[in-house]
Amino acid sequence: MTIIAEVNQLSKNYKQVKAVDSVSFKLEEGKIYGLLGRNGAGKTTIMQMLTAQMFPTSGGVKLFGEHPYENNKVLSQVCFIKESQKYPDYFNVADVLDVAASFFENWDAKYADQLVELFRLPRKRAIKKLSRGMLSSVGVIIGLASRAPLTIFDEPYLGLDAVARSMFYDELLHDYSQNPRTIVLSTHLIDEVNRLLEHVILIDQGRLLLDDDTESLRNKAFKVAGVKDKVEQFVEGLNVVNNEPFGGLITATVLQPLLPKMRQLAAEQSLEIVPLSLQDLIILLTKQNPDSYKEGVSS
Amino acid sequence: MSFFIDDDRPIFAQIAIRVENDIIEEILKEEDQVPSTNQFAAYYNINPATAAKGVNLLVDKGILYKKRGIGMFVAAGARSRLLEDRKKQFDEQYVKPMLQEAAKLGITSGQVIELIRKGERGQ
Repeated sequence: MTIIAEVNQLSKNYKQVKAVDSVSFKLEEGKIYGLLGRNGAGKTTIMQMLTAQMFPTSGGVKLFGEHPYENNKVLSQVCFIKESQKYPDYFNVADVLDVAASFFENWDAKYADQLVELFRLPRKRAIKKLSRGMLSSVGVIIGLASRAPLTIFDEPYLGLDAVARSMFYDELLHDYSQNPRTIVLSTHLIDEVNRLLEHVILIDQGRLLLDDDTESLRNKAFKVAGVKDKVEQFVEGLNVVNNEPFGGLITATVLQPLLPKMRQLAAEQSLEIVPLSLQDLIILLTKQNPDSYKEGVSS
Repeated sequence: MSFFIDDDRPIFAQIAIRVENDIIEEILKEEDQVPSTNQFAAYYNINPATAAKGVNLLVDKGILYKKRGIGMFVAAGARSRLLEDRKKQFDEQYVKPMLQEAAKLGITSGQVIELIRKGERGQ
């Protein structure tokens, strides 16, 4: 696999606050990544440094094997859709798309037009007169039609309704199948996107917590429920991270892979077992530190 | 083709089982072409790499084979091999849980056998 982006011991300090704390990871060509984490975890700061819009305090970034700062050759391969993208006040939708078309080598104007129809965007309306959801649609359209080898969506759907989000996922998947490229999706809507993601990078309090294939994360933890004594017997020696008693019953959350042997044992003991969803796993891993939102900077 | 996947098990494993079921039920016959990974991805709304992982699992097992540049096909003898596998799993997956539930409810194995006979007669 070709590595297209590499982040090495990346750190960003704001006075005493370590917004990003020696984070290292690699992005491979042609994969869809989820960059996940709570508010203030440092995701946006990482994406800004990755796209050369901010200097790190220490550590380095390489894009397509080169240093990205003021490197047009490399940056023209990157499309970064920000939650709060600003456009010139006097621009209308068509102007924004025209400018985007001149930025991106692989821009597909026909596809952009189709998306404008699909998302029902008024082409001639001034950007500042668009609703919040429509403004998000503009970002989504640019991100998709840019076909940039590295496309990053940072919370692209503020104000987007469920229909538009679902259209975005469908289009993303469909266009990615036809034109494979590296996509980074930063979002809080984990349940909505988890099936789209091939790989998950989880950031918490500025640090890298997980860097793993989505499929292997599905098998990282499970819940077992049943009669208290039997559950306690079952989880003995296992890494139990949470217990929820309920009358004479109890549900224990175990942070380790569920083996077929355990499944069988549970069935014999009339215990119920469910694997933890990606969303539940991430909640479990990131909620234990109540100060996580105090330390970070806006995500 | 089955319609839904859940989040309880790895998705690639579910994709593989779906294809296996279709072969067993002869919805997909030997030498039939299997949908492409992109078709699976679009249909189930999943990442194409996940779909590919499921399909490749069956290639490794020799259930499917690849024709370069054309696609995936059901291998000759795939169905009979799957049937053999599934028969081995039948005890684990169906008989044992049934006997456990029966024991919990105080149903004897004699009564279980009687129930099976009754079921066969369609009563």
